[in-house]
Amino acid sequence: MFDSYTDTTLKFYPDRCINCLRCTQVCPHGVFTQGNDHAELAYPASCMECGACALNCPVQAITVQSGVGCAWAMISAALRGKNMDSCECSCGGGEDSCCGQQEKKAPPCC
Amino acid sequence: MGHRVEPGLYRLGDPTPDSEVFASANYTLSFDALRSALDGRNAWILVLDTKGINVWCAAGKGTFGTDELIRRIESTGLAGVVRLRKIILPQLGAPGVSWQEVVRRSGFMVEYGPVQARDLPAFLTTHSATAEMRKVDFPLRDRLVLIPVELVHVVLPAIAAAIVLFFLAGPTSSLAAIAAVLAGTVLFPALLPFIPTSDFSTKGFILGTIVAVPFAVSFSTEPVLPFWAKILAATAPLLIIPAVTAYLALNFTGATTSTSRTGVKKEIFRYIPVMALMAGSGITIGILLGASRFMGLI
Repeated sequence: MFDSYTDTTLKFYPDRCINCLRCTQVCPHGVFTQGNDHAELAYPASCMECGACALNCPVQAITVQSGVGCAWAMISAALRGKNMDSCECSCGGGEDSCCGQQEKKAPPCC
Repeated sequence: MGHRVEPGLYRLGDPTPDSEVFASANYTLSFDALRSALDGRNAWILVLDTKGINVWCAAGKGTFGTDELIRRIESTGLAGVVRLRKIILPQLGAPGVSWQEVVRRSGFMVEYGPVQARDLPAFLTTHSATAEMRKVDFPLRDRLVLIPVELVHVVLPAIAAAIVLFFLAGPTSSLAAIAAVLAGTVLFPALLPFIPTSDFSTKGFILGTIVAVPFAVSFSTEPVLPFWAKILAATAPLLIIPAVTAYLALNFTGATTSTSRTGVKKEIFRYIPVMALMAGSGITIGILLGASRFMGLI
């Protein structure tokens, strides 16, 4: 009940996996580990949905709705009547970010 | 823009066509970390245009990405400079780069180095990273660095609230406002891994309650107040301070290295209504007490 971080949008299809292990190299939280004939989704709850694994999987065995887990950005988007999911991370204040030109966080914000 | 490096191909030492190529962001600190990690070696450094943003943030936005990497390989004529068709990328560039697309479109192979540039010498001996080198952590030092950034965002509303409370409710209430904000922006980042529970909001509620207790005790022992007013006066900080601290704690999620969007969204829907209800009831109590005093009831 008091852990909001048990489920994520990360999905792994081991039958498609060719065991290239790229996912184990790019994940910053050790979510995937080496298995026998395919990678293992060992720690799914550690996933922060950065999207690196899915983008670097050559056979689309991984899908994830990547995005930045920033409450500040999502709340400001919601308050402005924008879609919370379309909102980009605001660090550095890119043109597409919901927070406009405002500089928000220093590294390692996203 | 003092923190930017001109994008392009740089020589480190005296590189030959057989030297390794490393990619970096055009943020001074990223570039310098790479240069000092490779100190004493001969190598090529390909600096991408990430608008002066560090590798991880830029990768999240896609500016440290497949398209920019390929564009920079072409514009620098890298294929005519090196014999080996391979670039070593920082691991945290991976959320923006698709290695298979880089190979397909540019002919260059992508190798992902470790998270931290300082692990590069060890990585380069075997061209493989240990599990530790692949992980991002969030040590005390990194959390403390963020405190000024957090403070800057709340300093004006906090001072305004403190001034208003000073005149309406007295110096203790004014101090309580400052304490709630400092708990959320200074204590919270510092104590993050030590506060129980995994949700940021509940961590904030816990921290805020601890900070609120002395104020509740102080108000409940105000000798001039009748009993019912003492109880109400003690309840107000116990409702408002944890709500404020929890809200600030939840907003720290964007600065951390581990929170997923799904989880943060769940927190927002789960706890924001609770925070609003607590703060709303606390403020109502405060107004009731103020009105009672104004009307001479207490």
